[in-house]
Amino acid sequence: MTPKLRHALCASVVLLLSACGSVQPWVKPYERDRLADPVMAWDRDALSSAFLDHVYESREGSRGGTGAAGGGCGCN
Amino acid sequence: MMHLRTPSRLVTLAALAGLFAGSPAPADVLPDNRADLFYSKYSGGGMNINTYEASAHANATENIGLDYSYLVDKVSGASVDVLSNASVIKDERKQNSISATWIHDKTSYTLGYSNSKERDYISNTPHFSLSQDMFGDLTTITLGFSRSRDEVGENNGTANDPKVAWLGHAESRAYDVGISQILTRNLIAGVTFDVITDDGFLQNPYRSIRYYSSSGLGYTLGSQVYPDTRTSTAIEARLKYYLPYRAALTGIYRYYRDTWGIIGDTVEIDYTHPVRNKWIFEGRARYYKQGHANFYADIFPYFDAQNFEGRDKDLAASENLTIGAKATYAWLPDGWKVFKRSTVTADISQVRFKYLDFRDIKDYNDTPAGGEYAAGTEPLYHFNAMIYQLYLSAFF
Repeated sequence: MTPKLRHALCASVVLLLSACGSVQPWVKPYERDRLADPVMAWDRDALSSAFLDHVYESREGSRGGTGAAGGGCGCN
Repeated sequence: MMHLRTPSRLVTLAALAGLFAGSPAPADVLPDNRADLFYSKYSGGGMNINTYEASAHANATENIGLDYSYLVDKVSGASVDVLSNASVIKDERKQNSISATWIHDKTSYTLGYSNSKERDYISNTPHFSLSQDMFGDLTTITLGFSRSRDEVGENNGTANDPKVAWLGHAESRAYDVGISQILTRNLIAGVTFDVITDDGFLQNPYRSIRYYSSSGLGYTLGSQVYPDTRTSTAIEARLKYYLPYRAALTGIYRYYRDTWGIIGDTVEIDYTHPVRNKWIFEGRARYYKQGHANFYADIFPYFDAQNFEGRDKDLAASENLTIGAKATYAWLPDGWKVFKRSTVTADISQVRFKYLDFRDIKDYNDTPAGGEYAAGTEPLYHFNAMIYQLYLSAFF
């Protein structure tokens, strides 16, 4: 990475971070009633999701990235 | 029984579970106290697994929460690639998990530990994560790390008279970054990036390779040899949309690749629909497809044909399709005594597994070479699995 590019990158990061300080929430707290509805929960049942992730991880080559706990047994 | 395929990542991703565990609630509020009793039954591919779990979350103070869960897996049967070279198994796995969460201002810190134990596999995993709300609580960022150390063994005895030989160790480190973002008053998005590195004894001693030979079957079984390191990367993006009527639609895509050459794609669509305030119904469809590992072959040309050799069906090219439905009933919607509310949930799924380069030698391994199915021409393996879940949740 050239020094010029490095400086440009640093300046961009500083600008981005300074912009963060003045970001105003565009969805106000009183507008989040629908998002607070149980049907909008990412995962209403963590145990069930962890179990299903585990079922898949034990039988597929892929793993991770699901944002929920897997667990244990590949079970022959 | 050995769960080599998932070396104790049981809590590796727990770091992110909190991020996706509920609605986009800010990290500066602990969830309600709750207790869960969970039962599931998996049946398919020659395996029957019954899982029992009890779990509790309690808030010790306004900003400290504690979690504990105890799980037992009871397994009987054995999958096709084990039956080709071993007897039917019967085993049990027990897992204890504990964690504590501390919330300070807009940040939550979680420290946990999990132990999983079965006759031929022991796994211990500490994990840590932190979650930060920002931009008026529109954004939540989570960072997680876990490190597990597993003891890997092989039972050379029987189900009733085990003789376990301990073969080695495997270590796993997982690094996770996640972001959850409110986009509009009807739409939320989430992205998770996850890197896992493994080191040590990674192969499954219960699986075998096969290679062409002049034996009666046309092939001979041999031992698998896996690389002793593996690094995987997974990224998942998800969107959830509140429909014009009271219901929600979720779309999920995950891309996966690792240093063993496996590349996988997952697509899932969920639909959630409440009926009055008593029921929530959910339907889902999930499709997964992967390419095979670069050291996988259903049958090798000759003995010791290459440095690394594997024939575990999980490394084969495959695809599967899940169709599932779930119903949750609020049987104490207005609470009772100390309980604020309580729900009971039933969930049923069918998964159709189809292998693209893994052949079924269990059902056809008595066919002589030159018979109906010569070695390497047996039918491709496939099976259907049913998954039943039933659980009770109480909030107080």
